[in-house]
Amino acid sequence: MSEHGHPTPKLYAIILACLVVGTVLTYRAAFWDMGIFNPVVALTIACTKATLVILFFMHVRYSSKLTKITISAGFFWLLIMITMSLSDYLTRTFLPQ
Amino acid sequence: MSTSQTTTTEHHPALAQQFDSMEQQQDASTFGMWVFLLTEIMMFGGLFTAYLIYRIKYYDAFVAGSTSISVGWGFTNTLVLIGSSFTMAMAVWAAQKGFRKAQVWFLIGTMVLGAAFLGVKAKEYHDKWDECHIPGHIIGKGFNAWGGCSATDPKLGNIADEIRERDPKVPKVSAVQTAKQTEIFFSFYFAMTGLHAFHMVIGFGLLSWLLWRAYKGEFGPQYYTPVELGGLYWHFVDIVWIYLFPLLYLISRTRT
Repeated sequence: MSEHGHPTPKLYAIILACLVVGTVLTYRAAFWDMGIFNPVVALTIACTKATLVILFFMHVRYSSKLTKITISAGFFWLLIMITMSLSDYLTRTFLPQ
Repeated sequence: MSTSQTTTTEHHPALAQQFDSMEQQQDASTFGMWVFLLTEIMMFGGLFTAYLIYRIKYYDAFVAGSTSISVGWGFTNTLVLIGSSFTMAMAVWAAQKGFRKAQVWFLIGTMVLGAAFLGVKAKEYHDKWDECHIPGHIIGKGFNAWGGCSATDPKLGNIADEIRERDPKVPKVSAVQTAKQTEIFFSFYFAMTGLHAFHMVIGFGLLSWLLWRAYKGEFGPQYYTPVELGGLYWHFVDIVWIYLFPLLYLISRTRT
């Protein structure tokens, strides 16, 4: 597909179906006891849904390399904020008080 | 490249003089919109990070608070918002194809679904108001999750009792303490869903403006940037909700 091409209504409908399936899955999964994997599964499904929205509904799959790398940099920065903050708070009890 | 620019696109009324072509103008606009959306991601990201830290620190209270909000309404609203993202994507498609009527109807559809979302949100907020689950004591009847919220219904909004119903081994004192700590969960709940709902209201305003311009037939294959950017904003708000739903409504539905 060309750089400025856009998806067809058929593809939009497929993405919509995937998002609905993902929502039902995350709802059902919340009621199964998977121990520590409950939040992992919930966040994996959420990230998959968000990626579908970004790539297709927001046309990032068809946008310029400059836009793609800018968006990646933004999300990378978000990951830095979350992982570094949590690696501080989660490891504070490792050291003797 | 230079020969194609001397065609009709150069004279399109929406082409600003600093751009060579409509295509270049749209690229610049889309890029600028994404930079704005990244600042929005950092704003919501700060709230999400704070949420994660407090969720780890007060896990029992977050489970109790999360269990007290309606998962059914949250689920319904997720589907409503995903549907509105689909109609928005279709509106952009119709604008790009130059289908005026389809554009108008898809935009109206998006607005109807957006309004439905806000309606459900208002109902959920009202329930929390009735249950005395609004943090602080300035708005509502004052935060109270351990009984005595309603004179007629002693069970209304009583999270301490709910904790002991699920696990009778929990002593009353610690159940009351956990119920008191749910105030921090509700602070995050209202701050995050409130900021999200505020974005929905702005999006609704943007959509009305786009609807008016689409109705006048201003958009077509050559120029549909406003619809495209409005769409980016609307989808961004959808993405925030995709994370809010599992984080706020589905923390631990099995630990009951």
